Amino acid sequence: MARLDAVVIGGGPAGLAAASVLAAQGARAVLLDEQPAPGGQIYRAVETASPALLKLLGDDYSWGAGLVDRLRASGAEWRPGSTVWQVTPDREVWVSRDGRSELLQAGVVVVATGAIERPVPIPGWTLPGAMTCGAVQILLKTAGLVPEGAVLAGSGPLLYLVAAQCIAAGARPAAILDTATADNARAARRHLPRALKGAIGRATLMKGFMLQAQIRASGTEWYRRVTDLVLEGTEAVEAVRFVYRGREQRIATGLVALHEGIIPNQQITRSLDCAHQWDAAQRCFRPTLDAWGNTSLPGILVAGDGGGIVGARAAEHAGRIAAAEALRQLGRLDAAARDRLAAPDRAGLAAQLAVRPFLDALFAPPAAVLRPADDVVVCRCEAVRAGAVRDVVAQGCLGPNQAKSFLRAGMGPCQGRMCGPVVCELIAEARGVGLDEVGYYRIRPPLKPVTVAELAGVSLDAEA
Amino acid sequence: MRLSADVLIVGGGIQGCSAALFMARRGADVLLVEKNSVGRHASGVNAGGVRRLLRDPAEVPLSVEAMKIWLGLEALVEADCGFKVSGQVAVAADAAEWDELSARAARMAELGWTHEELIGPDELYDVLPALVPGCLGGLIARGDGFASPYHTTMAIRAAAIRTGARVVEGVRATGFKREGGRWQVASSAGVLEARVLVNTGGAWGGAVAEALGEPVPLVPSAPMMMVTAPVPAFCEPVVIGVHRALSFKQAQNGTVLIGGGHLGVPDTVAETSSVDLRKLVISARTVAELFPVMRSAAIVRTWSGIESRLPDGIPVIGPSSTEADAFHAFGFSHHGFQLGPVVGRILSELVLDGGTNLPLHPFRIERFR
Repeated sequence: MARLDAVVIGGGPAGLAAASVLAAQGARAVLLDEQPAPGGQIYRAVETASPALLKLLGDDYSWGAGLVDRLRASGAEWRPGSTVWQVTPDREVWVSRDGRSELLQAGVVVVATGAIERPVPIPGWTLPGAMTCGAVQILLKTAGLVPEGAVLAGSGPLLYLVAAQCIAAGARPAAILDTATADNARAARRHLPRALKGAIGRATLMKGFMLQAQIRASGTEWYRRVTDLVLEGTEAVEAVRFVYRGREQRIATGLVALHEGIIPNQQITRSLDCAHQWDAAQRCFRPTLDAWGNTSLPGILVAGDGGGIVGARAAEHAGRIAAAEALRQLGRLDAAARDRLAAPDRAGLAAQLAVRPFLDALFAPPAAVLRPADDVVVCRCEAVRAGAVRDVVAQGCLGPNQAKSFLRAGMGPCQGRMCGPVVCELIAEARGVGLDEVGYYRIRPPLKPVTVAELAGVSLDAEA
Repeated sequence: MRLSADVLIVGGGIQGCSAALFMARRGADVLLVEKNSVGRHASGVNAGGVRRLLRDPAEVPLSVEAMKIWLGLEALVEADCGFKVSGQVAVAADAAEWDELSARAARMAELGWTHEELIGPDELYDVLPALVPGCLGGLIARGDGFASPYHTTMAIRAAAIRTGARVVEGVRATGFKREGGRWQVASSAGVLEARVLVNTGGAWGGAVAEALGEPVPLVPSAPMMMVTAPVPAFCEPVVIGVHRALSFKQAQNGTVLIGGGHLGVPDTVAETSSVDLRKLVISARTVAELFPVMRSAAIVRTWSGIESRLPDGIPVIGPSSTEADAFHAFGFSHHGFQLGPVVGRILSELVLDGGTNLPLHPFRIERFR
């Protein structure tokens, strides 16, 4: 079993920043990521992007190249293609690479697993041809592919960004079906003064306006305040139906990219049984963290969107802040030195977060997505519909773990990543209680499937 | 909520729910309280084996009787319990295991039991074609099978409620005393009052016995399970090891459930348990060795649940030795699921008739004095 000072899980902005600082300060740090190249989702493949692609994806993307350069220079060990499938409270990290699993013992673990796209359970969302905006962007970043004639449906900064990038790449979307409500806009207005107070907030909002202007200038059909989204089709998506200004509309398309924002990827912290809390503003659970990213378990820290959605630049600051604290825990810095090291990032983080309440309110997901109608599939692995979840609550089911036992919802290979948020919302609604009371799935190892042979082949301490 | 009843059952696992059902069927006024939710621990997360095979001889009469109830259980509770008669086979992979199974078969024949049958290698490989070559034979119980533990427990709970029992979850019994010939049980919902007290508290049953002045050396434990993604059908019966800690079965949907007694870490205070991955590595090695076809199967989930063990590996079932109108059924030592229905009936007979025809002497609580 290899012993390391720090294992950082996830090579996005938070993980890149954390691993760089840890290694630069002399700690033996390993950065694990499932992808072949550093960058995470936001800076995916940034090292190898062509000049044309860098231009298309813009400065917010190419910024990641600097982070990756610093990682390469720091001396941190970068291990691509590594799937972490379990972390224990004793900071053992079980990781699979090239079909073989091994066990790493870490002094501290920094969980920087970022966000996942919020599941968008609408009728037809399981049909081939329904994808997410994030998936569209992956194709763009890794293969330079842009979808022709796609309909983008939902809301959130990523949806507009993907729309603008498709337009810039010469593949104008067939339409944008914007689900953000008038209530959202009203609620967001309250947070506008704070968002506009700092230069970063103003720049962020300006970028948003520019994106929207670009989309409008392209002549893309843009339906606002859309409701009742339905994907039609038998074998695959053939059309999208929706209600706009009180009238039902239909657009024929084979490709719909859905997006309703992102939520923390809580699989590791849930499986560790760290304390979590419901974040009403972001409509998601997140691990309970102190100002340094410490979870309720000693030596387990979270940095970046995995601790609550903050955005890429803020995640980078959070990664460096968590690294400073990890260095203190490892005995490499005293508290005063830690505070000095983290001070610039604390200021940077605060500046980045000023705009967040405005964005959270503006892009709050619609109720129909949070708590879909009875006939909508919520658990894709086990084909469980929303109505079945409501039924078992009527039969006495109090929480998601009982729903799992009743219905098998959340028992498939995705370990509940896709259905967990929705099942919990449905139970809370049916019981008339808050999400904190309902709780979440207990997440059991392995976090990702591992074969019997691979598990059998792990070399244990006594044999090493 | 009315806090009194003729019979108060503490503990909502399969034993308590079955007791509630069998008593309610006879018209008794039953209140079952469960500190958490029904089937939260051993009853909801066990491997689901419905097994007479290789049971302690003391348990065999109960287990055989239980199997008769199992055959009609889904009709009785009017629900699908995932019950299937698939057979269960113990595999002898070496000479020592074969000797043990042969001796077992002789012993069961001597006692007059016919449900376990010794088979040689030819028949073993007919039944388990995917088994690694070189095994010597097995012991088979063709009438055994498996069921879905959580669905079964919840179906029995629902049937008990339909029959008139009251089942209350989220109520923790905390203090036990008898006044004027009635039980006064302190609980998180107030004082519960009853003529008869039944302790089906599972891993927490020892605390109730202790409160009644008859402590037992009950040790909490956390058996672990793994389940794979679906693989093509290769195994009809449930397979169990003899000296190797192994049990596994393939469900109708193709998933394979691997258990077998490797233990995780229980926490009876927080009411959670965690898996010990190092032991699951050993478990995976046993499976990979005996069933090479399983090597490529993807494990999608592992879990553990809180159970408990008594030193002699059999439960306490019967009247309290210290208090009148109190009965116990707990400490099933990792194999209580199949016995659930018969234990429920036995408890109903003890409470309502004052006795049962089944031999309970080996299970008396006094054995730990």
